[in-house]
Amino acid sequence: MAQSITEDSIRAALTERLKASHVEIQDMSGGCGQAFTSLIVSSEFAGKNSLKRHRLVNAALKDEIAQIHAWSAKCQTPEEYAKEMAATGGNDKPPLDGTEDGKVAGVSE
Amino acid sequence: MFSRTILSRAVRQTAFSAIRPAAVAAPIRPSPFLLSIAAQRRLLSDAVRQAIDKAVGSAPVVLFMKGTPETPQCGFSRASIQVLGMQGVDPEKFAAYNVLEDADLRQGIKEYSDWPTIPQLYIEKEFVGGCDIIVSMHKNGELAKLLEEKGVLAAETEGQQAEGEKKE
Repeated sequence: MAQSITEDSIRAALTERLKASHVEIQDMSGGCGQAFTSLIVSSEFAGKNSLKRHRLVNAALKDEIAQIHAWSAKCQTPEEYAKEMAATGGNDKPPLDGTEDGKVAGVSE
Repeated sequence: MFSRTILSRAVRQTAFSAIRPAAVAAPIRPSPFLLSIAAQRRLLSDAVRQAIDKAVGSAPVVLFMKGTPETPQCGFSRASIQVLGMQGVDPEKFAAYNVLEDADLRQGIKEYSDWPTIPQLYIEKEFVGGCDIIVSMHKNGELAKLLEEKGVLAAETEGQQAEGEKKE
């Protein structure tokens, strides 16, 4: 099933598979294949460290991530999300570290 | 500057082929058909697994990346190597492996770590994470704490004074 991966398909998958209460997907492709960065809010992250949260997401999106070129994620519980939104004046966004102006810069294959 | 030291040192240790067991390099290859089946199943052969074991244990801090520390070929690898440089990781305790040099390593490390992306950081043979985790641990202070605990920071990062004393 080579279904194309879109921001919407990733959002739907995370909402269904991780019961995410809030998902932001941002396209960061920069000419070397599909690339997405994300902010994922789910109560399933509670009590888990960063590595375990990322592993949960990687498992939930195994097929999707295998098909795209780059993937980045920030995983928060609803409480952490609310706290950061309050602290930053609503500026809690998907991570763009390692990109150039929000676009992936790297090898094409 | 520290980032420079770590870069020039690490680049000498990037040859994964040097630690591959001879069996892998032997020209006995299954037919293309068998190879493609293996690729579909994404089998991690014992030989590749052993070579990765060796790479992971080759230094206290090990980064699998695209490109070399001096010339990263991907923004996420670049960001990760920059963080390690800023943290002041001791070049003597660091090794980097360029996955673009070796297709088996590039695929194998993903299965070995059960992690779908490159770069990947190991500290004392323990998987730490990829770029997102490295950067967030750098920002929240957890990485500095971990590197300090593991004793992998260069002595000079503790202050100019220590460096001055040594030189006298």
